[in-house]
Amino acid sequence: MIKEVDIAVIGGGPAGLAAALAAREAGVEDILILERETHLGGILNQCIHNGFGLHRFNEELTGPEYAYRFAEKVKDAGIPYLTEAMVLSITGDKMIYAIHPQEGLMHIRAGAIILAMGCRERPRGAILIPGERPSGVYTAGMAQKLTNMQGYMPGREIVILGSGDIGLIMARRLTWEGADVKMVCEIMPYSSGLARNVHQCLHDYDIPLRLSHTVTAIHGRERLEAVTVSEVDKNLKPIPGTEEVVPCDCLLLSVGLIPENELSHEIGIEMDPVTGGALVDEGRQTSVPGVFACGNVLHVHDLVDYVSEEAEIAARSAAAYSKGKKEGKKAVPVSPGKGVRYVLPQRVAGTEPTELYFRSRDVYRGGRVEVLAADTVIKSRKVIKLAPGEMERIRLSENDLKAIHEAGGAEVRWVAEEETK
Amino acid sequence: MYDVIIIGAGVIGAATARELSRFRLRTAVLEAKADVAMGSSGANSAIVHAGYDATPGTAMARTNVAGNRLYDTWREELNIPFTRNGSLVLAFSEEDMDTLEELHRQGVQNGVEGQRILSGEEARGMEPALSEDIIGALYEPMGGITSPYQVTVALMENAAHNGVDVYLEHPVTEIKKEENAFIIQTPLGDFHTKLIVNCAGVQADSIARMAGDDSFSIIPRRGEYCLYDKREGEDVAHTLFQPPGKMGKGILVTPTVDGNLLTGPTARDIEDKDDTATTDIGIGEVLIKSAMSVPGLNRRGVIRTFAGLRAQASTGDFILGESKAVPGLIHGAGICSPGLSAAPAIGRELAAEVCRLLPCADKPDFDPVREAIPNFRESDWETREKLIREDPRYGRIVCRCESVTEAEIAAALHRPLPARTLDAIKRRTRAGMGRCQGGFCTPRIMEIIERELHIPILEQTKKGGLSKIVTGRIKGGQFHD
Repeated sequence: MIKEVDIAVIGGGPAGLAAALAAREAGVEDILILERETHLGGILNQCIHNGFGLHRFNEELTGPEYAYRFAEKVKDAGIPYLTEAMVLSITGDKMIYAIHPQEGLMHIRAGAIILAMGCRERPRGAILIPGERPSGVYTAGMAQKLTNMQGYMPGREIVILGSGDIGLIMARRLTWEGADVKMVCEIMPYSSGLARNVHQCLHDYDIPLRLSHTVTAIHGRERLEAVTVSEVDKNLKPIPGTEEVVPCDCLLLSVGLIPENELSHEIGIEMDPVTGGALVDEGRQTSVPGVFACGNVLHVHDLVDYVSEEAEIAARSAAAYSKGKKEGKKAVPVSPGKGVRYVLPQRVAGTEPTELYFRSRDVYRGGRVEVLAADTVIKSRKVIKLAPGEMERIRLSENDLKAIHEAGGAEVRWVAEEETK
Repeated sequence: MYDVIIIGAGVIGAATARELSRFRLRTAVLEAKADVAMGSSGANSAIVHAGYDATPGTAMARTNVAGNRLYDTWREELNIPFTRNGSLVLAFSEEDMDTLEELHRQGVQNGVEGQRILSGEEARGMEPALSEDIIGALYEPMGGITSPYQVTVALMENAAHNGVDVYLEHPVTEIKKEENAFIIQTPLGDFHTKLIVNCAGVQADSIARMAGDDSFSIIPRRGEYCLYDKREGEDVAHTLFQPPGKMGKGILVTPTVDGNLLTGPTARDIEDKDDTATTDIGIGEVLIKSAMSVPGLNRRGVIRTFAGLRAQASTGDFILGESKAVPGLIHGAGICSPGLSAAPAIGRELAAEVCRLLPCADKPDFDPVREAIPNFRESDWETREKLIREDPRYGRIVCRCESVTEAEIAAALHRPLPARTLDAIKRRTRAGMGRCQGGFCTPRIMEIIERELHIPILEQTKKGGLSKIVTGRIKGGQFHD
């Protein structure tokens, strides 16, 4: 039997929940959230630290608290959701194949689809650390689940590779549980996590952050016994002679997150190789009409508040689409210029005021961020500091967007202090 | 008293055990590690070679060609993955072309069928990802790919199903020869047997020595590999060899039966028989040399690196048959490449050797068929629906990357040879073998092991021994009773 819905939301984490609520507020009745886990809330359920919701609610919530606010609203609004429902396949004409222990194989035809599958962690193989393959080498997120959800310690003497936010949070979390967190190694000369996490999770507990250092070997045949840590040069190559063997029984990897886009690939959505997510317009519509994406499946966010915000943007356009507003406007590209790693959306179609999200390529102090349309600077903002770990935003007015459309595209760039004179 | 004890549960030990389970014999297998296929059989190129590479007249040549043909029977009876995807030996220079001619001649002598020398264009026509530098190739249609650990698991499950006793985590510490019998000592007790079949891989020389035969030694030759995401696996259809050298068959690029792409191995003789560490230099070599065959390989697609040991015998050939020094001790030793390809024939030869020394009566109820765990990932939608209806646990995906369901994991824990470690589950179901490498599914699998086998999470290991997954309990979590 084929079930029909106006909007299907794939994923019941923060992005999916906010999207479903916003779609309902925009007047869509027939919505279905498909969640693969047994509970709504996604990865927030294991993020028991606080700091969520500062921007949105102006208070510090834990991950489960933040998720609970949205999940309760979804329940109150009577939006249908199905947990333990795993989407295995989506076709270009928006037919969803999902399985569920009780419902069996489900065929769902959706008027519009909102992709909100989140992201996964980069494993050891992806960064090619040589050495042995003992137990005790885990991604930071898996260790977080073991610790916070199941109540087990992943190790006692811990080295963390990568200063992504989950790694920083786990450094503090495991310290609280009595582990000896020996160091956090970061191959880059700066942390890839939020500045507040570096302070609150490492500095406050005297955990050394070894910048420009990486793990160059893993030792231990059965359980991890030690890792070799080396300093790297400016090309990120280990410097011979700097090796230090650090005894430990656990290595946690916090070396990057990858949007989980298996389904998006299958639909044939055009992808951005830099973000690892779909190419979208300002309404978060992908290259496949009627398929929208938001949250970490689109690009990895540092704050959940922005995930919710982005989900609402996607939901409003999905709602408009499902109500028949399908005429495509000509989209023009917005591209990253000097010093900018990516800009999202990667194209703009309309002229309603919108925001550009972007991340810098490196750590920059001073200078300006500029938006260029043709050769004209249409927007310029002073910068105190930019860091790849913190997502930045620029607001564009109707006039800015008109100028961008006229110019046939825009570029976002960073200009150093001395160049601005 | 056993009639035969096989030492070692790699593919050779398992093939021999399965062959012997056809007869009315009391047969057992002793394995030092926590699962089958934990040595060379678990970490190799997974290739079923056509048989052109071995020197004519050797045991290698004989068993390789015969073994290759028997894989069709194995696939049918044991429900193992096996595909004759065909292989290409690539030539980059005129000198290499001479090598191809030589290999071709050798293949003819060994009885290999269907081989053909191709031009560079013909080779690229068959395999568009090939480098422009390739001027010719030797095409071997009999070449195939399989899953060495799935083969080993299937063989051993079938052997156990037909009455063979399998003792895991039973390392042999000493062997005493008595009149017409041996006493094999392990930390968990002694075993008495009339015959021993030595299939101990890189340790086969130590086992031989324990029994009083020091006629050969085994030199471990380490090979390092890179395994790529399935997205890269779509780009290559054939197994692509570089021209062989003194140390082996060079760096290959091959699809795997699971749809990944595998590159490697390096070849380095080492001292330590447990040293399967990967190295910076080794992986670098694999990345550079594999790009010579297929320039478009994207190193960001690597999801895992690993290393395995080839058990090279000092004699230069497989050592098969009864020891001259110790009657009753039968060797299946020095099984390096092409051991996986040769395994079906080696198993038969070693069983025949047992039957030369002991009366072997056929077992009328021998069942050659081993059913595989129904595989959700590879089933069509109709079958999937039926599986979920029959067992709702098929509707619960545990490993997202490889679409492995709870039902399959539970099944792996209750097979004739039950999985008891995370790696054992991985080898049987592929849970944890995908692009996230177990990040999401490991905690779930641990709960399933605890529920199904009553092994507390605190006691569970990755691969036996000291490889515990967690180090302690903290305050009660969601799953605390």
